[in-house]
Amino acid sequence: MRGPALSGVFLLLAGLAAAQEIPFPERRSGRDQMAPETRAMQADDEANPGMLWVLDGADLFARAPTPGAPACAACHEAGALRGVAARYPAWDEAEARPVDLEGRINLCRTRHQGAAPLPREGRDLLALTAYIANQSRGLPIAPPADSRLDPARATGRALFERPLGQLRFSCAGCHDAHWGRHLGAAPIPQGHPNGYPLYRLEWQGLGSLQRRLRNCLAGMRAEPFAPDSPEATALALYLMQRAAPLPVETPAVRP
Amino acid sequence: MARALINMPKTAPAGSVIEIKTLISHPMETGYRPGPDGRLRPRDIITEFVCHYDGAEIFRAELSPASAANPYLTFTTLATASGTLRFTWSGDNGFSQSQDVALTVT
Repeated sequence: MRGPALSGVFLLLAGLAAAQEIPFPERRSGRDQMAPETRAMQADDEANPGMLWVLDGADLFARAPTPGAPACAACHEAGALRGVAARYPAWDEAEARPVDLEGRINLCRTRHQGAAPLPREGRDLLALTAYIANQSRGLPIAPPADSRLDPARATGRALFERPLGQLRFSCAGCHDAHWGRHLGAAPIPQGHPNGYPLYRLEWQGLGSLQRRLRNCLAGMRAEPFAPDSPEATALALYLMQRAAPLPVETPAVRP
Repeated sequence: MARALINMPKTAPAGSVIEIKTLISHPMETGYRPGPDGRLRPRDIITEFVCHYDGAEIFRAELSPASAANPYLTFTTLATASGTLRFTWSGDNGFSQSQDVALTVT
């Protein structure tokens, strides 16, 4: 906590000022700003409700999506996907665009399993993503050094820093310039995507990074990015670079 | 069947207090929220949780529409004799689920 709550007017003005990217040693997970009770909930696998999705995901991973098609587990050995969530979004050769982990799971379904893509924010896709990302828990976020991702990353950074919506807030105006302070009663975190999909108490359920971004954008009175849009993936790419090397916490719990 | 997580020791010395933690997957729809069409979504909650230790009731909770989704209940009991703990959740729309966990008392 760096100071008292800001007045709305001050925050609005400050939001327009150019913000500096958070230097490496000062990067903090949103976990550090949570109440001890919420931290305890995340730390205990028997109390963390996100584990319900992880266990569902383990079942889905082992089961054939359609009769006769291979299950995920037929190609990927148990534990072989450790580290994957720490480096996604990544470049997909065939699609010639960056895809996030959810997108990669759906590509696997259509390419190798003869199955329809799962709907975004549906329980099954969240469960599979949580199961895979959970295997990377504790590993530092390590975005790939792939130059093909650079243009999207630059777009993501521009989106992060550009004032958006009717309130003319930018992501950076809060999460770079004023993290550790409060917006109303709510602490402003640095906004790192290191625990997704995560269980948000406000949602009473598990949700993806894209859902969280739509939440923030709606709060800024900006038009939310469409699910699986290039903007959402570009911003996710930049956020992952901005969060490195924080450890993956999936499934995190957040207020 | 809803997924439930039950955490308790497998073995315990006689006379010791053991902690039991339960978590079950359930939306706990209050009945007061409108859906996308503007109509109230019908109530769908777990109304009761009971724990039996070798047939004897040791813990009971009544849940209300104000309870959070995926209710988490934790309580303690005295380990008296080896046996089975049966956890039962029941609620709206005929929801009923039981799970047994064995406890060895040494």
